[in-house]
Amino acid sequence: MLADKDRIFTNLYGQGDSGLKGAKARGAWRGTAGFIKKGQDWIIDQVKTSGLRGRGGAGFPTGLKWSFMPRDVGERPHYLVVNADESEPGTCKDREIMRHDPHLLVEGCLIAGFAMRAHVGYIYVRGEFIRERERLQAAIDEAYEAGLLGKNAAKSGWDFDLYVHHGAGAYICGEETALLESLEGKKGQPRLKPPFPANVGLYGCPTTVNNVESIAVVPEILRRGAEWFAGFGRPNNHGTKLFCISGHVERPCTVEEAMSVPLRELLDKHCGGVRGGWDNLLAVIPGGSSVPCLPADHCDDLPMDFDALRDLKSGLGTAAVIVMDKSTDIVRAIARISYFYKHESCGQCTPCREGTGWMWRVLERMARGEAHKREIDMLLEVTHQVEGHTICALGDAAAWPVQGLIRHFRHEIERRIDSYTANASADDVRLVAAE
Amino acid sequence: MAKLVVDGIEVEVAADMTLLQACEEAGAEIPRFCYHDRLSIAGNCRMCLVEVKGAPKPVASCAQSVRDLRPGPNGEPPEVLTKSGLVKKAREGVMEFLLINHPLDCPICDQGGECDLQDQAMAYGVDASRFAENKRAVEDKYIGPLVKTIMTRCIHCTRCVRFVTEVGGVSDLGATGRGEDMEITTYLESAMRSEMQGNVIDLCPVGALTSRPYAFSARPWELTKTESIDVMDALGSNIRVDARGREVMRIMPRVNDAVNEEWISDKTRFIWDGLKTQRLDKPYVRLGGRLQPADWPMAFATIARQMASVDPKRIGAIAGDLAACEEMFALKDLMTRLGSPNIDCRQDGAPFNPTYGRASYLFNAGIAGLEDADAILLVGAYPRWDATVLNARIRKLWLATGLPIGLIGADNPDLTYDYAYLGAGAETLGELAESRGAFARTLKRAKRPAIIIGPAACARPDGAGVLALAARLAEGCGAVNDDWNGFSVLHTAASRVGGLDLGLVPGRGGLDAAAMVKPGALDVLFLLGADEIAPEGLEETFIVYIGTHGDRGAHAADVILPGATYTEKPGTYVNTEGRVQIASRASFPPGDAREDWAILRALSADLDQQLPYDSPLALRAAMLAAHPHLGDSDVTPVEDASGVATLAKRRMKPKAAAFARDAGSYYLGNPICRASKVMGELAAMSADGAEATGTDG
Repeated sequence: MLADKDRIFTNLYGQGDSGLKGAKARGAWRGTAGFIKKGQDWIIDQVKTSGLRGRGGAGFPTGLKWSFMPRDVGERPHYLVVNADESEPGTCKDREIMRHDPHLLVEGCLIAGFAMRAHVGYIYVRGEFIRERERLQAAIDEAYEAGLLGKNAAKSGWDFDLYVHHGAGAYICGEETALLESLEGKKGQPRLKPPFPANVGLYGCPTTVNNVESIAVVPEILRRGAEWFAGFGRPNNHGTKLFCISGHVERPCTVEEAMSVPLRELLDKHCGGVRGGWDNLLAVIPGGSSVPCLPADHCDDLPMDFDALRDLKSGLGTAAVIVMDKSTDIVRAIARISYFYKHESCGQCTPCREGTGWMWRVLERMARGEAHKREIDMLLEVTHQVEGHTICALGDAAAWPVQGLIRHFRHEIERRIDSYTANASADDVRLVAAE
Repeated sequence: MAKLVVDGIEVEVAADMTLLQACEEAGAEIPRFCYHDRLSIAGNCRMCLVEVKGAPKPVASCAQSVRDLRPGPNGEPPEVLTKSGLVKKAREGVMEFLLINHPLDCPICDQGGECDLQDQAMAYGVDASRFAENKRAVEDKYIGPLVKTIMTRCIHCTRCVRFVTEVGGVSDLGATGRGEDMEITTYLESAMRSEMQGNVIDLCPVGALTSRPYAFSARPWELTKTESIDVMDALGSNIRVDARGREVMRIMPRVNDAVNEEWISDKTRFIWDGLKTQRLDKPYVRLGGRLQPADWPMAFATIARQMASVDPKRIGAIAGDLAACEEMFALKDLMTRLGSPNIDCRQDGAPFNPTYGRASYLFNAGIAGLEDADAILLVGAYPRWDATVLNARIRKLWLATGLPIGLIGADNPDLTYDYAYLGAGAETLGELAESRGAFARTLKRAKRPAIIIGPAACARPDGAGVLALAARLAEGCGAVNDDWNGFSVLHTAASRVGGLDLGLVPGRGGLDAAAMVKPGALDVLFLLGADEIAPEGLEETFIVYIGTHGDRGAHAADVILPGATYTEKPGTYVNTEGRVQIASRASFPPGDAREDWAILRALSADLDQQLPYDSPLALRAAMLAAHPHLGDSDVTPVEDASGVATLAKRRMKPKAAAFARDAGSYYLGNPICRASKVMGELAAMSADGAEATGTDG
């Protein structure tokens, strides 16, 4: 278990003061100017050495991403954009940072902005996050007042302005290019890539989009040293990470843990274990609704990190662990997730626009057993027709949960179809009222 | 240049090409719905997926630039497969998705037979559906009187949205909703306000947007397609006239990058119903104050009787705006033989004089050449209405380069691009000519400035002075030099340049159009489709009207000789930049009506001045003998710019009156328009400020 001294987010549960005073007491804003004085290359090098991988889901090395920004600022200014459009079902980590430890994020923005030579940063906050936005704005106002933002921010010699932008509550605006479109005031629809944002991003200028957690951990990495951060987790999966555990555990929570912590330890130590005991576990969705679920027999010695989960054809995603015990109607659950993606598809490109609705409708029938067994393979084929053929990753995100269901719970779907068919020819046909 | 291998064929293409273009270069056919050469790239239909060796996923070839392809591990050129199993499967998947919610109503769909979805389903579709759910249905939207919507058929390619926004320059069309609930709409179901919205009908790859006036009237395979030239403005847009039997069913654009790219204005496209109504289908003779139906010999005899004792100096002829070169040549020939100097092709009184050389009245910058301009001054020119398709080109240029544009005119309407409003009339033009004002400096600084002179500046009594002033400005600001002539006259009459080329202007001592229609000026007046001039109070003058529609000219006439419209005769037209284009006949004139040149030829015999050509070929040979340049079709010769200098030397002081356009006449500017119900509707709508909505019935 991660020792308290190694925690970055020391006010995750809001027990302390989330304001500047409290944050400073917990260590925030200490030495910020010094880091900046050491130059961009040093910061990027530290982040690279720390092994920090993007905390938004895809797990792309953060330092590498920053190094894609042009080394010289040309005619076009550089922008830092922070993705706080945390909408992945099951995920509730960024909101805790914004509510209770916003100064870590603000400080991170200054450092990251400097590292990528940006004088302006935007934080795009999810539409439903009202209090989070208020807290964050308050923190930014405090920082401005204390001279930590604006001209010569934190006496570092770097000018940096930070703005909070409030989204309108569309899941797709968490996709980085759709976020940029939305930020520009357009309809939130993902852009074609290439060109990538590091080249042509916000208003056509070089831009880096990072997750809240990725930015917020940077100051502590610099304070404690990259080696400290790299000391956690298995190779290639370093650092500490916020895990959001929800579903059928005794005490659902968001908790900071070392990467590669075994799933069972995570659930037992922090959440009071699976409801009804470990043997009552049916399946786990380890990284937010878009990754394929894993059945209980995969979960015994499962290290929670990017590579281990990828090897099991799932993913760490946002580390939003959704636990389902044996009372769960797994088909119904995946059908609900499928409905979510159907509802949140932007409608721009064909496979996702048409495919998400199709998958959901078939799953709804399968949840009732009202399907043919051959439709299971058809559904699987449809998921493959969506996956990899779309502009952004929402198509993949919609396809993976369904693939996970069919991969691990095909027997359950078949059982349901069988029982429905058996009932259909039973003597006492029950009349079911419509809707 | 970049090298790549497409299906084993190595090609070298420009690095900024898209992969789709590169594949076509290599001879591979790539299916597509959303991609269009002249619109921005959306990459949303996903039909153009190809396999790039080394890429983890199939790649949308329309959105991938060749530059972004990575070479192989040993530096070998990137390899692209367009026919592999992966590609076929990917495209079949996309096609299935497109079809699951597309209605199976091809038999009642107007797009049937020319539908991209239908065609590509033949290649990538399967014969049965696996989709067991209910199909989506979408409510139809009202987006104007021209474009009919059946939105259930929409495949969300957004070509229409991109066209209206990018080319049309209005943001009337867009998408609302998300995912499978996304719908294309004008938001509040108001009519689109673009003058070229009809192009979305051609762009729509399915039957979601179809032509409302043409709805359910013909199938593409029943139509005879004839290549022709449009006469609704002086651009000479290349069109295809689709006729069934002798009835023109619709008009479509043809691609000509030098003229209209592949767009046409709504006026060009929807004019065809005007070809069928109010037509003159037999000769008429005024007897006892009333026009009575007659036959050709009687009509000719009446004219001959009237002409028998007339002084040739008291005979005159005015050619209208839609006339082809052939009949104007015959008319001029006849008038010369009759000994009359009174002939004019400038009904509106524009001051052009062919003796100064072609450069004095042509759009010298050229329509495509205008894209080289780096500053534009509009002098009484409102291209959005004077030459709608040219306006799209100016907008394209403006979007690409942001060049400075200035306007001198009575008002400052939305032209779909930003411009500096400089002033109302000749005073402002004079200031510029004297190099005063900020825009004068802009013009001076520009390497290739274009001065576009429109009808609002010229077609007025002091037009010659305005033209001279504009020429002086062009000379002064460096718009005329060895490799650039930016002095550009924007005509609106299709016949105008041809008429000027043929010399249809008053001879020595002759009267011009305005003088000819003064009461008592003439004894006999021939109107060749001239309806825009007011022959009122001419009871003493014997008027012969040769034309197509029962319009102003016909009402004033004493003898009506029914002629042919531009779709009913082969003809030569010269557009505003001096490009000679030849239109073919798509159908035949109704009833007893005849081609105009043939009427003049027959009449000439009755007047004992027989014209020496009995066939169109002979007429054309005679015309080319007299005017050889009309033989060089579809080229724009570079004219000697001295004509502009000659104009500039003329010292005439124009009046201060503003360059006012006749906004109301756009949809009602010629006899065919005035006979068209659709044009009437559009004119009424634009008069109401286009506030009509679906609830207006």
